[in-house]
Amino acid sequence: MICSRRNALIFSCVLIAFGLPAGFSTDAHSQTTQASEALSEQHKLLVTRGTEVFQRCTACHRIGPDAENRIGPHLNNLIGRTAGSIAGARYSDAMKKAGQDGLKWDANTLDAFVADPTSFIEDTTMGLDGVEDAEDRKALIAYLSAFATGSSNIPETPAARGLPSADPGIPAEILAIKGDPEYGEYLSSECLTCHQSSGSNRGIPGIVGWPVEDFVVVMHAYKSRKRDNPVMQMMASQLGNDEIAALAAYFQQKGQ
Amino acid sequence: MSISRRHFMVGTALTTSALAIPTFLRAADKPKVVVIGGGAGGATAARYIAKDSKGAIDVTLIEPQQAFTTCFFSNLYIGGFRTFESITHDYRTLEGTHGIKVVHQMATGVDKAAKTVTLADGSSVPYDKLIVSPGISLKWDSFPGYTKDASEVMPHAWQAGPQTQLLKSKVDGMKEGGTFVMVAPPNPYRCPPGPYERVSMIAHVFKQKNPKAKIIVLDPKEKFSKQGLFQAGWEQHYPGMVEWIPASIHGGIKSVDVATGEIKTDLDTFKSDAANIIPAQAAGEIAATAGLTNDTGFCPIVPGSMQSQADPNVYVLGDSTIAGDMPKSGYSANSQAKVCANAVRGELTGSKVFPAKFSNTCWSLIATNDGVKVGASYEAKPDKITSTGGFVSKTGEDAALRKATFEESVGWYAGIANDIFGA
Ligand SMILES: Cc1cc2nc3c(=O)[nH]c(=O)nc-3n(C[C@H](O)[C@H](O)[C@H](O)COP(=O)(O)OP(=O)(O)OC[C@H]3O[C@@H](n4cnc5c(N)ncnc54)[C@H](O)[C@@H]3O)c2cc1C
Repeated sequence: MICSRRNALIFSCVLIAFGLPAGFSTDAHSQTTQASEALSEQHKLLVTRGTEVFQRCTACHRIGPDAENRIGPHLNNLIGRTAGSIAGARYSDAMKKAGQDGLKWDANTLDAFVADPTSFIEDTTMGLDGVEDAEDRKALIAYLSAFATGSSNIPETPAARGLPSADPGIPAEILAIKGDPEYGEYLSSECLTCHQSSGSNRGIPGIVGWPVEDFVVVMHAYKSRKRDNPVMQMMASQLGNDEIAALAAYFQQKGQ
Repeated sequence: MSISRRHFMVGTALTTSALAIPTFLRAADKPKVVVIGGGAGGATAARYIAKDSKGAIDVTLIEPQQAFTTCFFSNLYIGGFRTFESITHDYRTLEGTHGIKVVHQMATGVDKAAKTVTLADGSSVPYDKLIVSPGISLKWDSFPGYTKDASEVMPHAWQAGPQTQLLKSKVDGMKEGGTFVMVAPPNPYRCPPGPYERVSMIAHVFKQKNPKAKIIVLDPKEKFSKQGLFQAGWEQHYPGMVEWIPASIHGGIKSVDVATGEIKTDLDTFKSDAANIIPAQAAGEIAATAGLTNDTGFCPIVPGSMQSQADPNVYVLGDSTIAGDMPKSGYSANSQAKVCANAVRGELTGSKVFPAKFSNTCWSLIATNDGVKVGASYEAKPDKITSTGGFVSKTGEDAALRKATFEESVGWYAGIANDIFGA
């Protein structure tokens, strides 16, 4: 289970890794690996196609580590985002209202919106004619999803030098610890010296809204020195299992 | 009990409308925290106390400047990697979002018995808990001839602002093939790698604009932070440009003459075309005035809370403190501020106090995309803040790692600036 999740982390890293070195380790768990490699091969093709479709959006939208609002809002962390909710971005009143009424962006709502924007939100200011081809839309959404919070923005560093894998192989009882978000909030102040509370990915990865399990796995990989970043190894080495769980609980909650 | 209390509230609400606000929310009754100094330590503490107490504590920040230019990344400004605006922050978010009262004045005194702070205009501000984070003061007697006036010719630029701009203009405008002299500070001083990052950034400017220029560093010390990394970097990027001379060779700084540009040492007289003199340092003046320093010139604190050893109602942060193994850095000051904020809130509102954890990392830029770092974590032992482990970049790391380290530092700056001044 951990194994397949780890592979998911690895390939999602490739998607976002504009600035990051693309060397990553192969995994010894062969069966799962083969299956997910085939899957990830397919997914990669889809995302490549999505990159091309996204060219139709770039006149108004930016995505990626340095993305800022332009004519339209930046599109990082779009999946799960409430419509019309990015501070400082320009929206039509219709879009803001849709958000207030509870519209959230996920694969389904995005698909419908992108297929025919004005029939989905009549007064939207988005000037796109609509992406007719369903496969193109799927590709676009796969591409956009790669910049979402959660496991996909966790930078998968190569396993520390000389190690075959960054998988910390944590036992189920550690994964099962229920963290105390209040304690997590206090501990988080140490993280927020570098990781921005807005969840921005600039220079240092955003960690707001990560799923608890990803957070725990990654922190234990630093703690056991299976990931390389020395600042993170140092930080993780100071944290006990309960503290890691507390932080994971807090940061997930903060993203909601 | 709840009934009688309700009756009490109703009764008073009838007499004066102001009292219609539940008593516990009235500003006059709220516990008061006053913070002196709106830099890395003070602004962080003010922000965390205001944010986490959710209005239950009244926070006043006393800071003479309208906007704060960070010393961190000021070397990158000198090197042309950052604009001055990008390292300057105002207090609007602290006032607007966090409801902190910012008073732009100098604190001139502290009456610890009456629990008040006196301001330059003669008024006074009462406190229940006082947090003091005034940074450093410069010891003008440390190099004979180097006075405050002299610093208008040979800047120290160790407190950021106009001094930093002056130094940049001296570097940019130095005559072709001239000699730049830096006199580095003796221990203890803020930002151990700072002088050497600055040398790197000045060399970076010279390499492009003034390639025959030389840099001489006269150091009162025998060694310095990240020395191997810096010296290897200077050899690699600026071969032959930088000469570092330790005290055992120059024998000591005898005098500085701004009129002639001469800096005399036991060994020799160095003639500079531009210079940066960084004097010895002590706690910010107000810390001494308030009786918080000991004979080292810095403030002893209680390791678990940053409480002053001189007074339980006063806390001291950042460069002014004797923080055990922690270096004087913006990161340290920010880290200490959070421990202090947690302790102060606990004292005033009974909120949960968690055990202290401290950390620090100092990134330095040697050349374009060549970043290095050193860091450690700390815990509060009864006698002092004690290092529990650390790391430092290695010589010979590949270019991709150095670039990643630099990019990480850019992320850190954005993160800590938001953490100090609010996003
Ligand atoms: C060139 C250079 C590079 C640096 N680089 C880094 C770096 O990369 N990373 C890092 O972590 N650190 C770095 N530092 C160190 C960092 O700047 C300091 O350690 C940090 O600012 C200390 O925080 P502080 O709160 O103690 O003091 P400061 O940040 O200096 O704040 C003190 C504030 O108190 C105010 N004040 C003083 N007296 C009074 C008074 N009587 N009344 C009211 N207000 C008063 C001052 O105006 C000032 O705003 C660097 C320093 C230098 C000089």
